[in-house]
Amino acid sequence: MIEVKNIFKKFGDNLVLNNVSATFFPGKINLIIGRSGSGKTVAIKSMLGLHKIDSGSISFDKRNFSSMSKTEQQNIRKEIGMVFQGGALFDSKTIEENLMVPLIMFSSMTKEEMKHRINFCLKRVNLENVNNFFPADLSGGMQKRVAIARSIVLKPKYLFCDEPNSGLDPYTATVIDELLKEITYEYNITTVINTHDMNSVMQIGDRIIFIKKGQKKWEGSRNQIMNSDNKDLNKFVFASEIFRRLKELS
Amino acid sequence: MNIFSLIGKYFLFIKKVFSKPASLSVFYRSFLNEVFVLGVSSIGFVAFVSLFVGAVVTLQIAYNLENPLLPSYLIGLATRDSIILEFSPTMISLILAGKMGSNIASTIGTMRVTEQIDALEMMGINSASYLVLPKILALVFFNPVLITFSMFLAIIGGWFFGDITGLCSTTEFLDGVQYFFIPFNIFYAYIKTVFFALIISTLPAFYGYFTKGGALEVGQASTKGVVNSSILIIIFNYLITQLLLN
Repeated sequence: MIEVKNIFKKFGDNLVLNNVSATFFPGKINLIIGRSGSGKTVAIKSMLGLHKIDSGSISFDKRNFSSMSKTEQQNIRKEIGMVFQGGALFDSKTIEENLMVPLIMFSSMTKEEMKHRINFCLKRVNLENVNNFFPADLSGGMQKRVAIARSIVLKPKYLFCDEPNSGLDPYTATVIDELLKEITYEYNITTVINTHDMNSVMQIGDRIIFIKKGQKKWEGSRNQIMNSDNKDLNKFVFASEIFRRLKELS
Repeated sequence: MNIFSLIGKYFLFIKKVFSKPASLSVFYRSFLNEVFVLGVSSIGFVAFVSLFVGAVVTLQIAYNLENPLLPSYLIGLATRDSIILEFSPTMISLILAGKMGSNIASTIGTMRVTEQIDALEMMGINSASYLVLPKILALVFFNPVLITFSMFLAIIGGWFFGDITGLCSTTEFLDGVQYFFIPFNIFYAYIKTVFFALIISTLPAFYGYFTKGGALEVGQASTKGVVNSSILIIIFNYLITQLLLN
């Protein structure tokens, strides 16, 4: 379980996170939604210590991450998988080498065991025979799947995804969503996903947090979203014609 | 950002870089890779520049010593000293600052803007040490090899072109090269080379590591890395010369 309490983050005079609190549960897909520039990515990067918060606290299973030293934070990070918006695959390394990096650094596996684990993870994301390819040889959707495979290679307890569907066609986006859902339930991972893709929200969101201008404006499940009377949330969620019609039907 | 906070940030970065690698086998492989990518790949370029500049130095010295009272072997002696004291360690380092510095800054800068560095940090890896330390040690180890090679080829170039143009015979040139040789000059050249290797590797890495934005900013980081490394090389060239030769 990840607990975020009253976090504030400023860049210069710009207050990007304003008193955000939330709890993210294991075995659930926790979504952070909001418009571009609302502070979603800063929120996720702050939770991971990639941005230093100005005040508040972040704890991973009661371990206060925000008050830890850099070295202690590095140790917690070994339990975290992260899928970045652009995949963030190491472009000078092959797919196998990309997945090998965390294993070489932090596992005591033999080379054979590592290869076995890599093949297992690639198969888990429905990719096979791509071990010797470079990231540039793969499509955007395949790169995202490799990024997911790399994020689960060390069997993480927590999984963070920053807009995993951005730049993907609707079908591939659905494949990625389903994959994240399966992995979360299968390994009981605490998954936190940033998105502004409403299809993802309706398809996989177990717990949803809506952020606007750095403030949490709403929290609930995907079923509650349809009946919410929160104006800001409705303006965001039902911005498109198709979702407005869906709301009318429900 | 004022100059003092920039210097402070640079030294904090260096402190982060010089920490014990998490895996020595990974570090060793990266080190060898950098020796090839940054060092061995520069051999041809260094050879080409050294041969021709060695020739030009000889021709210019011969032109300036066109006096029957001055013995011709002085051409070999002056060529040797110009190459060992200044051309190879300083000029080649300046040229390498352009080639290696832009490679280092753009590689690391691109990794930063495409979140690859964040991905390393997220894996619990000290990204500065993982990416930069092998580059620094590769340059500190291999640049003296390149500079030795450059000294040798520049003198060969000087001898060859001096001989075929008839400005200085082989015997006279070789006499000059061996005359009043001071071994300390070689030591001085290596001291400079190691200092310059540290500058060429750390400064562009620093600018690349803290790049923010996109392709434009990566280009700017690369330019800053090369320009500031060149300026520091010139300043340290003076300081080391003042300290060691005066």
